[in-house]
Amino acid sequence: MKSAPADASRRGGAARLVLMAGPVAFFGVFFAYPVVAIVRRGLYGDGGRRAGRILDVLGQPDVRHVLWFTVWQALASTALTLLVALPGAYVFARLDFPGKQVLRAVVTVPFVLPTVVAGTAFLALLGQGGLLDQLWGVRLDTTVWAILIAHVFFNYAVVVRTVGGLWAQLDPRQEEAARMLGASRFAAWRKVTLPALGPAVAAAALMVFLFTFTSFGVVQILGGPGYSTLEVEIYRQTAQIFDLSTAAALTIVQFAAVGLILAVHARTVRRRESALRLVDAAHTARRPRGAGQWGLLAGVLATIGLLLLLPLGVLVARSLDTPGGYGFAYYRALTSADGGTFLVPPIDAIGNSLRYAFAATAIALVIGSLAAAALTLPRPRTDSTGGTTSAGRLVRGLDALLMLPLGVSAVTVGFGFLITLDKPPLDLRSSWILVPLAQALVGVPFVVRTMLPVLRAVDGRLREAAAVLGASPLRVWREVDLPMVRRAMLIAAGFAFAVSLGEFGATVFIARPDRPTLPVAVARLLGRAGDLNYGQAMALSTVLMIVCAVALLVLERLRPAKASTGEF
Amino acid sequence: MSNVSNVKNTSKKTYAAVAVATGLGMVALSACGSSSGGSGSGSADGGGSKTVTLVSHDSWAVSDKVLKDFEKTSGYKVRVLKDGDAGEAVNKAILTKDNPQGDVFFGVDNTLLSRALDNGLFTPYRAKGLDQVPARYQLDAAKHRVTPIDSGSICVNYDKKYFADHKLTPPTSFADLTKPAYKNLLVTENASTSSPGLGFLLGSAAQYGDNGWQSYWKKLKANGVKVVDGWEQAYNKEFSGSSAGKKAGGRRPLVVSYASSPPAEAIYTKPEPETSPVGVSTGTCFRQIEFAGVLHGAKNVKGAKSFIDFLLTKEFQQDMPLNMFVDPVTENATPPADYTKYEVKVAHPETMSPRKIADNRDDWVKSWSSIVLK
Repeated sequence: MKSAPADASRRGGAARLVLMAGPVAFFGVFFAYPVVAIVRRGLYGDGGRRAGRILDVLGQPDVRHVLWFTVWQALASTALTLLVALPGAYVFARLDFPGKQVLRAVVTVPFVLPTVVAGTAFLALLGQGGLLDQLWGVRLDTTVWAILIAHVFFNYAVVVRTVGGLWAQLDPRQEEAARMLGASRFAAWRKVTLPALGPAVAAAALMVFLFTFTSFGVVQILGGPGYSTLEVEIYRQTAQIFDLSTAAALTIVQFAAVGLILAVHARTVRRRESALRLVDAAHTARRPRGAGQWGLLAGVLATIGLLLLLPLGVLVARSLDTPGGYGFAYYRALTSADGGTFLVPPIDAIGNSLRYAFAATAIALVIGSLAAAALTLPRPRTDSTGGTTSAGRLVRGLDALLMLPLGVSAVTVGFGFLITLDKPPLDLRSSWILVPLAQALVGVPFVVRTMLPVLRAVDGRLREAAAVLGASPLRVWREVDLPMVRRAMLIAAGFAFAVSLGEFGATVFIARPDRPTLPVAVARLLGRAGDLNYGQAMALSTVLMIVCAVALLVLERLRPAKASTGEF
Repeated sequence: MSNVSNVKNTSKKTYAAVAVATGLGMVALSACGSSSGGSGSGSADGGGSKTVTLVSHDSWAVSDKVLKDFEKTSGYKVRVLKDGDAGEAVNKAILTKDNPQGDVFFGVDNTLLSRALDNGLFTPYRAKGLDQVPARYQLDAAKHRVTPIDSGSICVNYDKKYFADHKLTPPTSFADLTKPAYKNLLVTENASTSSPGLGFLLGSAAQYGDNGWQSYWKKLKANGVKVVDGWEQAYNKEFSGSSAGKKAGGRRPLVVSYASSPPAEAIYTKPEPETSPVGVSTGTCFRQIEFAGVLHGAKNVKGAKSFIDFLLTKEFQQDMPLNMFVDPVTENATPPADYTKYEVKVAHPETMSPRKIADNRDDWVKSWSSIVLK
């Protein structure tokens, strides 16, 4: 009895090395190599400065202030986002209501909006002359509240999709059984559902934390020059002041902070992981019953309306508000190439964005799936011999490596590309493939994070049983894991796609002027004076929202044919 | 048994899909490898190359017809690479100076010129048509490493309607901006991240001297100057005179922008108004000159040179104003009537030598930040 699983695990170890080769090569070439090169240039390059520079930089009160602000605003944003979005995750996972699919796509829209555009919408609500100002004389711009609220706006979907994805697949009968045995509704939730959700909540919290820790546009636009995160400082030092040694020192500080967070996360999650009984999401949602559920649904819808739909509505209204009254003049202007801002009509950006997004999604899915499979196969915990410590360390290393791109400044990666990918065989500086590659770097962590909780929740005994019956590791993955993970894969694809559509920081470096993406085109239009340019920027932002929502709806429709009812 | 075979069937399909996806990924990766190989060999044929690559900032713009004319007469195909805003584009050029991304660079201005020249970014070339350029623009006249292409001014703009409604004379000078009448009216940009923000700071330093500008900014701060991070926010959100700012509820009738903002504002409003809603305080201006140069290590030096000649032709010089909203530098060029109709002439902008800017900018921006942002 004992030899078969051990044998399977040995074969699994070899399979894992093979699986890991792809992701490791990808991240090595397109992430680690460029980042290390630019940091090295900063520390040892031209000026002859020393690596001791890190201590000099850390010693500056300004830098310490920035570091402190970066950390606490990220913690506060993460807590606030979880607080606001967890009820939303429940509602989307467990309750059925009309328009749910469309609404799920719509709440993801903020995630892809360029921060310049979302910033505009928020200023219209929270800023001078905004809605709050008119109603109660309250102004929140240039306060930390505006930053926190905007962070919730952008990251709401991260929690709803990551946590909701798993929640929908938890068997509700377990909670029901607990209640049957006398537990109160809250106790049943706390003792049964919450522990099961733990890894997904932690994964969502980690991503929100990393996103807000490296927040850039939101802090600049809503916080004003009085607030600065590490990411903003790195951008200033690299792109504007061109003090690469300070930038390198700050990058290392950011790196260390992100590494610390990842380590803490890995420890806490490791303790909580458990095999779960997963069921088809189609059977877990039902129409709300009782005042509590109706109240929760109403509360979540009201939150979404106020926090997400209202800002989006402001943008749509602006795009229609022409000097000659409400109309589509700005949209018509998008189809002509005059004005010289672009070499092509701005509307062409839709095609570019979609092409890049498809390529980036494909790359992220392939790399991410390989990595996720490598990270779960075989499960070190089910191996009773205890001989997997080195393999376990390898797994943890890969796990952390995959998350790092979320914690590293786009400007660092972009400048790194410039000095590393410039010689054959990797002379990619002016190749279109660089855009989806850079976008996939940010997409892969989402794929991995969305798939891992589900993959790890798969009962290891199923795999062992398959192995005992003579299935190869590949076949075990195919027949046991894949059917369970398909749904997570679709959600992951949605994320990767959305990330690619909305990615701006790295794309703006690389996108060629005759092939702008939607966010890049919006930013260029906003950079010029005149009503027509501003109106077109708003119209193009609206187009971006629609493209994103439609793409996500189509993607989520691509589900296995056998589960034809329910939410997916 | 039937159950098992069922599972097998569906998973076979999925397996095929994954295999296809993986294959696609590999194809994409290998395709990028081969395409790069192609471009590498394309640029390797050096002097005979028929493509000239322009590296510039995001604001680069030219009429289609004018560029096609150049391609037709010169025989070169022009490839354009926009590399972020002006500062970013220069910094990237410096970073890649050992293996430049293109042949010719356009868009280094007088505030960044010393940084570019100190780093040996350009190869000297005396452009045809330079005789038409007045000496005040030729900041590298001795060595011709760069060629002046356009000029403009960074100035305080005002909302004409606001000042008419309030029966207030708009400010005309740096000193005016500290007067109580204009309290809480001005919005400017962060000098450490924004080029108009920096230009306005340099203008005040030129006006009040190396040791006088600090007390000027203390007075401005006491008079309620607002600082935002970039031009987009200042002009499109805070300024009450632009149509975007109006919609955004902007309440500041004074903004640091460009002398060419009034024509841009008017021309990009449909239907076009008789006069621009935006005015210029002509005593608050700082001159900006943009240069082009042949990149050191360029693959197509001949093409780069002929492109710089093209930038000084009458055709291109007259095309610039409506595309990039800058003024020509050659004396034989006259801007189009659409532009001059709304144009505000700035007779005596403040100026400062690139050397002096390079020597002081970091210190000045630092002390500016501690005065204004703290």
